[in-house]
Amino acid sequence: MPSKNTTEKIACELPSSLSAYLDFVQEVLAKLQSLGWKKEVLFGIHMALEETISNAIRHGNKEDPQKKVHLECELSLTRFWAKICDEGEGYDPDAVPDCCSPENLDQPGGRGLRLIRAYMTTVEHSDCGRCLIMEKLLDEGG
Amino acid sequence: MGNLRRIEVSDSASVSVIRFLDQKIIDPEAIQELGQELFDLVERDERKKLVLNFENVEFLSSAALGKLITFDKKAKRSEAQLILTNISPEIFQVFAITNLDKLFQIKDSEADALAIL
Repeated sequence: MPSKNTTEKIACELPSSLSAYLDFVQEVLAKLQSLGWKKEVLFGIHMALEETISNAIRHGNKEDPQKKVHLECELSLTRFWAKICDEGEGYDPDAVPDCCSPENLDQPGGRGLRLIRAYMTTVEHSDCGRCLIMEKLLDEGG
Repeated sequence: MGNLRRIEVSDSASVSVIRFLDQKIIDPEAIQELGQELFDLVERDERKKLVLNFENVEFLSSAALGKLITFDKKAKRSEAQLILTNISPEIFQVFAITNLDKLFQIKDSEADALAIL
């Protein structure tokens, strides 16, 4: 049984293909599950990873096969941390239209970032929007 | 109706009940196919009363939400009624976070939807 302070690290580079990252996401979820993370919390982590990585591939790298997505994760009994970076031109996260305002409610795009922020404890952007760093902390006792 | 790969449609009286065949709606190609199969129901087949049953769905991405929003728009343009049902608490939370619980008409069960269509 890992101690509370044990942190497992995973890092990899993925091609900019919208189907290439599914195994990576499943690996992270399986490790968290083995650490005792509950199904309802894993749902949110699944969502945050899915949206972050697909944004990096689709909007960041624009599915350019020459560009990679760089992933780092740290997993423990009470903390999930991930840094996802693309090789695109960057963007201003504050300039993304609010998907949930009445005038944008029926527009198909722009919901990923909202979901990531809702499910994570903290979300930060760096390197002009090319990197997203997110963290989920469990309360004591899970 | 052509071969459906992403949804199953059953008709009772004038209402079409649609179920998803995938438990996880993530794969971009599958989402593309799903969208086309849904759009055909209102644009090609001109169905006017639709129940979208989420009982099988365990996970869906924002790309899938985008297709559902477009489907809702197309349904409204065709003057078709669309009701979503049997949404799990986790999936309902996704709708609530993105305010889509205000865009779509949502009922607990198929029976609730059939009662008002």
